Amino acid sequence: MSVDKDTRRGLFANPAVEARMRKRRGAERRFRAYGRAAVAFSIAALAWLLISIVSTGASAFTQHWVTLDLNLAPKDTDTIPNDRRRLADALAQAFDVPSNEETRRELLQIISASAATADIRQRHDEAMAIKITVPTSDLADQFLKGHIDPALPQGQRPITDRQISWIAILDAEGRINRRFNRGLFGNPDSRDPERAGLASAIFGSAMIILIAGALALPVGIGAAIYLDSFAPQTGWGGRLTRFLEVNINNLAAVPSIVFGLLGLAVFINFFGLQRSIPLVGGLVLALRMFPTIVIASRAALRVVPDSLTDSALSLGASPMQAVFNHRVPLAAPGMLTGSIIGMAQALGETAPLLMIGMVAFVTSVPSSPMDPATALPVQIFLWSGSAEAAWAERTSAAITVLLAILMIINGAAIIWRERLQRRRKL
Amino acid sequence: MNDPVPIYMLVIVGALMMGAYRVVYGRAARLVMPDVSGPVSTRAQPRHHARLAAALTGLIGVGVYLAGLSLRGPTPSASLDGLWLLACVAIPMLPMALSIRNVRPDFAARTHIERMAETGLMLLALVALLTTVGIVASLVFEATLFFQDVSILEFLFGTHWSPQTAIRAGESGQSGAFGAVPVFAGTFLITLIAMAVAGPIGLMVAIYLSEYASPRTRGIAKPVIEVLAGIPTVVYGFFALISVGPAIRDAAAWMGADVATQSSLAAGLVMGVMIIPLVSSLSDDVIRAVPQSLRDGSTALGATKSETLIRVVFRSALPGIIGAFLLAISRAIGETMIVVMAAGRAANLSANPFDAVTTVTVQIVALLTGDQVFDSPRTLAAFALGLVLFVITLLLNIGALAVVNRYRTRFE
Repeated sequence: MSVDKDTRRGLFANPAVEARMRKRRGAERRFRAYGRAAVAFSIAALAWLLISIVSTGASAFTQHWVTLDLNLAPKDTDTIPNDRRRLADALAQAFDVPSNEETRRELLQIISASAATADIRQRHDEAMAIKITVPTSDLADQFLKGHIDPALPQGQRPITDRQISWIAILDAEGRINRRFNRGLFGNPDSRDPERAGLASAIFGSAMIILIAGALALPVGIGAAIYLDSFAPQTGWGGRLTRFLEVNINNLAAVPSIVFGLLGLAVFINFFGLQRSIPLVGGLVLALRMFPTIVIASRAALRVVPDSLTDSALSLGASPMQAVFNHRVPLAAPGMLTGSIIGMAQALGETAPLLMIGMVAFVTSVPSSPMDPATALPVQIFLWSGSAEAAWAERTSAAITVLLAILMIINGAAIIWRERLQRRRKL
Repeated sequence: MNDPVPIYMLVIVGALMMGAYRVVYGRAARLVMPDVSGPVSTRAQPRHHARLAAALTGLIGVGVYLAGLSLRGPTPSASLDGLWLLACVAIPMLPMALSIRNVRPDFAARTHIERMAETGLMLLALVALLTTVGIVASLVFEATLFFQDVSILEFLFGTHWSPQTAIRAGESGQSGAFGAVPVFAGTFLITLIAMAVAGPIGLMVAIYLSEYASPRTRGIAKPVIEVLAGIPTVVYGFFALISVGPAIRDAAAWMGADVATQSSLAAGLVMGVMIIPLVSSLSDDVIRAVPQSLRDGSTALGATKSETLIRVVFRSALPGIIGAFLLAISRAIGETMIVVMAAGRAANLSANPFDAVTTVTVQIVALLTGDQVFDSPRTLAAFALGLVLFVITLLLNIGALAVVNRYRTRFE
C-alpha cells in the first residue's frame, strides 16, 4: 500500500515528515473550518434576528374585531356616572350576568373599552339598542391568536375563566372576525395596544428625513465636489484641505448620540427651538448624514477618469464647466445612491432623536414640522419598554415595517444606479 | 401672516431672482451677442450674465431676509414686518439694476459667477468644520458648567454613581454621587465582550471570503453579512431584549444559575454581531492590499495556505487590522440603543458578564430623557459624559485612520 505513496513522495517519505504533514493538513482543515463557522455564525445570527422578529410581529398585522348588539341605558348622571359604566352594564346584560364591580372590570377587559366608549359618546344619550363594531382588547386578541395557553391554571394566565367563556360565546355567535390591522398604519400612538398605530411615527419620520435630506444632500454633494475638484492641494490651503478631509472622516465615526447632544445644546438650548419637533430632528440628522454623503459622493467622483476633465479643459472649458458638465454627470448615479443609502441609515437612527426629546407620547398625527412628533425607530423604542405581550407583538410589527421601508429604499437606490449607469454607457 | 418664519418673503426673493435672470438674459442676448460678421470679443454668454444677476439678487435678498429674521426674532410684529417685506423687495433691486447696467460685451460675467460658485462650494465644505466646532464648543461649554459643581477628579475617579439620588434629596451636585468609574467600567466590559465576538469572527469572515470561498459563495455570503450593518441599532436592541437575553437566562437556569434578562453578556453579544460587518469589510480591504508576491513567496517555500495566511498575510496586514479593530472599538463604545435596551441601568462595578451594567451612552440617555430643567448637575453630567465619549472615540478614530493610512502607503 505504501509503495505508491513512497514513489510519489520520493525523498521526503519518512514517518516524521508524514506525521508533520498530517498535522499541517489538519491545521489547514481546521483553519478553513473556523472560517466557514464564522460565516455560518454571522448568517445564522441574521437569520435568528429576522425570524424571531418577523414571527413575533406577523400576527400584529391582523386583529380581531367584535360586533356587539347592546341595549344602552339612558344617560343619567345621578345613577349611571359615565359612558364607560353604561357600556359595562350593557355588556353585563348581553351576557346575562349580574353587573357588579368585578364583572364590569372583567367585561371591559375583553373589548377595546376606550374605542367602544368613544363610539357610544358620539351617539345619543337616550336608552337605545345599538350595534357597535370595535377591536377586541389586547388581552382577548392575544388569547384568540393562541398566544395565551388556556390550559394553565387561572392564576398563571392574565385571562380569567369567565372571560374565556364570554369570548367563546361571542366566537360561537360569529361576532368575532379577524381582519387586516389597518389601525397599525392609520392610528397614532395610544396607551391601549389594540388602538396604537404607527401613523404619527411614519409621518414624523418622513418629515425628518425630508428635512434632513433637503439640507444635507446639496450641502454634502457640494462639499464633496469642492474637495474633489477645487480644493487647493498645496501650501496652507492644502493643509486646510487635508484637515477638512480628516475632519469629515472623523465626523462619520463620531457616535450618533453626540450629534444628539449637539442638537440639544445648539438648536434647543441656544436657538430656543421646541423639543420633540421634526424640524430639530431633521437638522440633527442632516448633520449626522452630512459626512456620510460627502464620503459616498467623493468615492463616486474619484472613479471618474481625470482624462475627461483634462480634455474638456484643453478644449477651452473653464474648470467649473469641466467639472459640472463632464465630471459630475458621470459620478451622479454613484453619488445619489451613496447619499440615499446614507439617508436610509439616518432613518434608523434613534439615539440622537432621544436626546432632542422625540420620546414624547404623541397621540396626533403631526401636520407641520413644528408639531410634536415621534419617529419610527423611536416609536419602536417606546413600545419595546412595555411589558405586555401585545406590545412585543406590535413592536415586532413596527420593526418589520421599518426594515421593509429600509429594504425598499436601499433596493430602489441600487436599481436606480444600475439604470443610470447603463444609460450613460450607451 | 402670523408666521414665525415668513416663508412668503423667500418666495418673493425667488421671484425676484427669476425676474433678474429673464431681464438680464434678454438684454444680454441683444447687446452681448450682436449679429456681426467681424471678430467678436464677447467675454461671456448671455446665460452667464443672467446667472450672475440671479445669484447676486438672491444672495442679497436672502441676506436681507436673514438680517430681518435675526432683528425681529420669532414673534411676528405688525409694524416691523411691513418694513421687512419692503426691504426684501427693494434692496435686491440694487444688485439687479447693477447687473442690468453691467451687460456689456467686455464684462467678464462668467469669471465672476464661477468665482462666486467656487466660494460657495468652499463654504459648503466648511460646514464639516463648523459641525466639529459646534460639537466641541457645546460639549465643553456644558461640561465646564458641570465641573463647577463637581470636581473633575471626582468625576473621573470616583467609584460611586447615582445621579438620581442627588436630585431627589434636593442636594446640590457637590454632595451628589457623580463618580463615573462604574460607568466607564461597564462600557469597557461590554466593549470587551463585543470585540471578543466581532474581532475573531469578523476577521475569519474576511479571510474565508477573500481567500477560500468560491466566487459564488462569496457573492451570496458577502451581501448577506453586509445586511447586518444596515439594520438599525434599535432593532438589535429589541432582539437582545426579547430573544438573546431570555435565551441566556434560560441557558443559565438550565445550568442552575439565576441570571436576569438584562445582562452585559446579552448586550455585548448582540453588539458584537452588529460590528462583524464593520470588522470584516475593513479587514477585507487590508488583506487584499497585501501584495500577491508575498503570498507566492510563502507558497513557493512550501507553506500551506493557512500557514501563508497566518504567518505572512496576517502579519503584514496587522497594522491595518489593528486600525480596523480600533474603529470597531470606537463604534462599540459609542453604541447606544443596544445597551439602553439590553444592558440595564444599574451602575454596578462588576466584572461578571451576567450582571446588569451601565455604560456612558446609557447614562446620557437616562439623564436626558424625561422632563427636567436643563441646568441641574444631573443634565449637565450627561454633557460631561458626552465629552468623555467624544474625546475617546476621536482619539480611537484618529489613531485608526493614522494606522490605516500608514499601512496603505506601505505596499505602494
